[in-house]
Amino acid sequence: MADIVQLENVRKYFPGVKALDGVSMTIRSGEVHALIGENGAGKSTLVKILTGIHDPTSGTILVDGEPASFRTPHDSQAAGITAIHQEASMFPNLTITENIFMGHHLRNRFGLLDWKTMEARTRELCERLSLAISPDTLVRDLSVAQRHQIEIIKALSIDARVIIMDEPTASLSLKEIQELYELVRTLREQGTAIVFISHKFEEIFEVADTYTVLRDGKYVGNGSVSDVTTDDLVRKMAGAALDRLFPERTPSIGEVALSVQGLTQAGVFEDVSFELRNGEILGFFGLIGAGRSELMQSIFGVRSRDAGSVTVAGERLDPLNPRKSMAQGLAFVPEDRQEQGVILDMSIIENTTLSSLRAVSRFGFPQKHTERSVTEGLAKRFSLRAARLEQRVAALSGGNQQKVVLSKWLATQPRILILDEPTRGIDVATKAAVHSFVGELADQGYAIILVSSELHEVLGMSDRILVMREGRLVAGFDSEDASAERVLATAIGAAAVEQGA
Amino acid sequence: MRRNQSPIAAILARREITLLVIIVVLVAAVGIRAPRFLQPARQLSILNDTIILLMLTLGQLAVILTAGIDLSVASNLAFTGMAVAMWNMVMPGVPMVVLVGASILIGASLGAFNGVMVSVGKVPPIIMTLGTMSVYRGMVFLISGGAWVSAHQMSESFRGFARFNILGLPSLVWIGVITTALVYVFLRFTRSGRELYAVGDNATAAGFVGVSARKAQFKAFVLSGAIAGLTGLLWVSRFASAQNDTAIGFELETVAAAVIGGVSIMGGSGTVTGVVLGAVFLGIVKNALTVVGVSPFWQMAIQGAVILVAIVANTVVDRRNQARLSARRISA
Repeated sequence: MADIVQLENVRKYFPGVKALDGVSMTIRSGEVHALIGENGAGKSTLVKILTGIHDPTSGTILVDGEPASFRTPHDSQAAGITAIHQEASMFPNLTITENIFMGHHLRNRFGLLDWKTMEARTRELCERLSLAISPDTLVRDLSVAQRHQIEIIKALSIDARVIIMDEPTASLSLKEIQELYELVRTLREQGTAIVFISHKFEEIFEVADTYTVLRDGKYVGNGSVSDVTTDDLVRKMAGAALDRLFPERTPSIGEVALSVQGLTQAGVFEDVSFELRNGEILGFFGLIGAGRSELMQSIFGVRSRDAGSVTVAGERLDPLNPRKSMAQGLAFVPEDRQEQGVILDMSIIENTTLSSLRAVSRFGFPQKHTERSVTEGLAKRFSLRAARLEQRVAALSGGNQQKVVLSKWLATQPRILILDEPTRGIDVATKAAVHSFVGELADQGYAIILVSSELHEVLGMSDRILVMREGRLVAGFDSEDASAERVLATAIGAAAVEQGA
Repeated sequence: MRRNQSPIAAILARREITLLVIIVVLVAAVGIRAPRFLQPARQLSILNDTIILLMLTLGQLAVILTAGIDLSVASNLAFTGMAVAMWNMVMPGVPMVVLVGASILIGASLGAFNGVMVSVGKVPPIIMTLGTMSVYRGMVFLISGGAWVSAHQMSESFRGFARFNILGLPSLVWIGVITTALVYVFLRFTRSGRELYAVGDNATAAGFVGVSARKAQFKAFVLSGAIAGLTGLLWVSRFASAQNDTAIGFELETVAAAVIGGVSIMGGSGTVTGVVLGAVFLGIVKNALTVVGVSPFWQMAIQGAVILVAIVANTVVDRRNQARLSARRISA
């Protein structure tokens, strides 16, 4: 088995964030290499470096022993590296052949597209992987699993030697997963190297030969899968005691503020019940796709539900009615700041008061001085860094945009705050500011739900932790009983550790 | 990078300024070639020609801000114009105030129909208004029976409505100015106005704070329809004739004027100032070509080319600003 790609001491720094901090990894032909790490450990950054989307800040990449640099996706494709994305990027209204050859069509001697050869080549690739699909099927008629297979064929059509699969089984059925394993094994036998990213340990033990573990952008360990147990891997992923500071609090927990009973949206989250009390920070942990954000959206009323109820102070909230939720004192900071949080073309003031326009208006006219004083107060509270409050939000950094979103929600004078990934993608200083601010709010008696994929944030901030897996609440921990290993193991569904929980 | 932008640079960076410069250069160039173009009388007539386009474009602006489009404005104008002209023909005694109110009401109802179908029925705005463009035009023929209402069939006050003089300017211009001011106040100083921008820019984020995209779309279509109705009355009064093909094709000019004025066809971005400049630019180009003596055969092609140049120039400046902005964001 020859070494195809070697990474040596690769670093990638973004302003304020060390996304990758000295990672080494060797990818060999005919080997399935599992890349393991918590959400945000640096796996995606590593993939982006391998596929030429990001340039590493320092470190070397060797291809076949020769130093290489991937400045563009094209460079890394030329070196034979291709990634298959979670959300397959295909053209649904084109046929399989057209999809596979998009961007590198074959031409005949007249310079016209040579469909005959392309179709033959597609058929040949399908046969090589023993797939029974006709090349002229439209991609929109394929199942998710079949689309994955086509992505793999597409990679092979450009002679990929390294195929990166990012959570390839996320939306597949059991049978389809088995077929995928078969395909992975076939590729391995034919000498292709596979980088397999997965959160599911059973998959890693099923298909992978070697592993590399990342944590907080740092390389933690590697080795052969046959030499480790699930426990070992969980320990490596979770890491040692916290080296970050979270606000010190003596929580005084009060009355029930929010009660959720049997909330269900078929296929997304099921039969979720819990209570949130005043002065409490309730952490929600789970893997990406566990249904946490969807659950929160449904509680707040921007996503429908099939069954169950949400009660605030004895009052039932209506489904799909965010206005009523807001009137009952709920505020919701959504996970995707750019898509769901800010309005980029509007000013800081306009963004801040959008949630409370009624309150700052007289006869339908927003009062400029009221808006300004509300915004000024909140900007000061969050130490917002901006030249002027009339500045467009698009001109602010991610951290400052998040401060605007928080301001917007505090302007509604809520009592219950749902924070969905409030510190994702923001710099360390702002992160600390958000943490201490959330702690302060809880001390003032606010009831807070903190959804986070960052294990240590949930552990460090929460008075109680609920863990979701595949749409269900699977465990609850008080902060004293919660350890990184136990919480992570429950979220992943690692059987051995779960029994102790 | 350029964190300390000078105030002058900040002003120059605005799209409106680019357009204003283009307009000034255009007027000067035409003025040199044909000095009579600069005479007050000529300028006034350009203004007169431009006002109706401006008013319609203001309604179009509201709809485009919500990421929609209203292709039915010209048909709405023709129908409402025909309806009030026929009413005046049959009952000349009805006071103008009533006709003005009626024109706004008829126009608003036609707009509301678009609005309901788009916001509740979820029909894409371009499909919906493409349909009503034909439907409303067809309704003109149905009520008129294919006949015109000509000057002699209109009452004195009806014919004079768009033309009487106040402080040296015709009433038409004053109505245009007042409409512009009202739309400006609506978009800039009212809650509903601000919600149009929010919904068009990021409907998801707006929905998360309880701002309803449907309501905003509905309001925009009603506003666009109301303005179209009022311009219907103004049009037939000014030209003293209500015809079946009144303002045919005019809806596309309103879209062009909006785009020239820097209104983003994707929604969420655009100003009344920009629309005023866009409409004025279009009005000047149309007049200038005649004045300079360009053959009518060439006029249309040249007009289109000039519009394209203006849009491209505008977009280039805008894109450069965006690039500067994101560079600043990264370095911040």
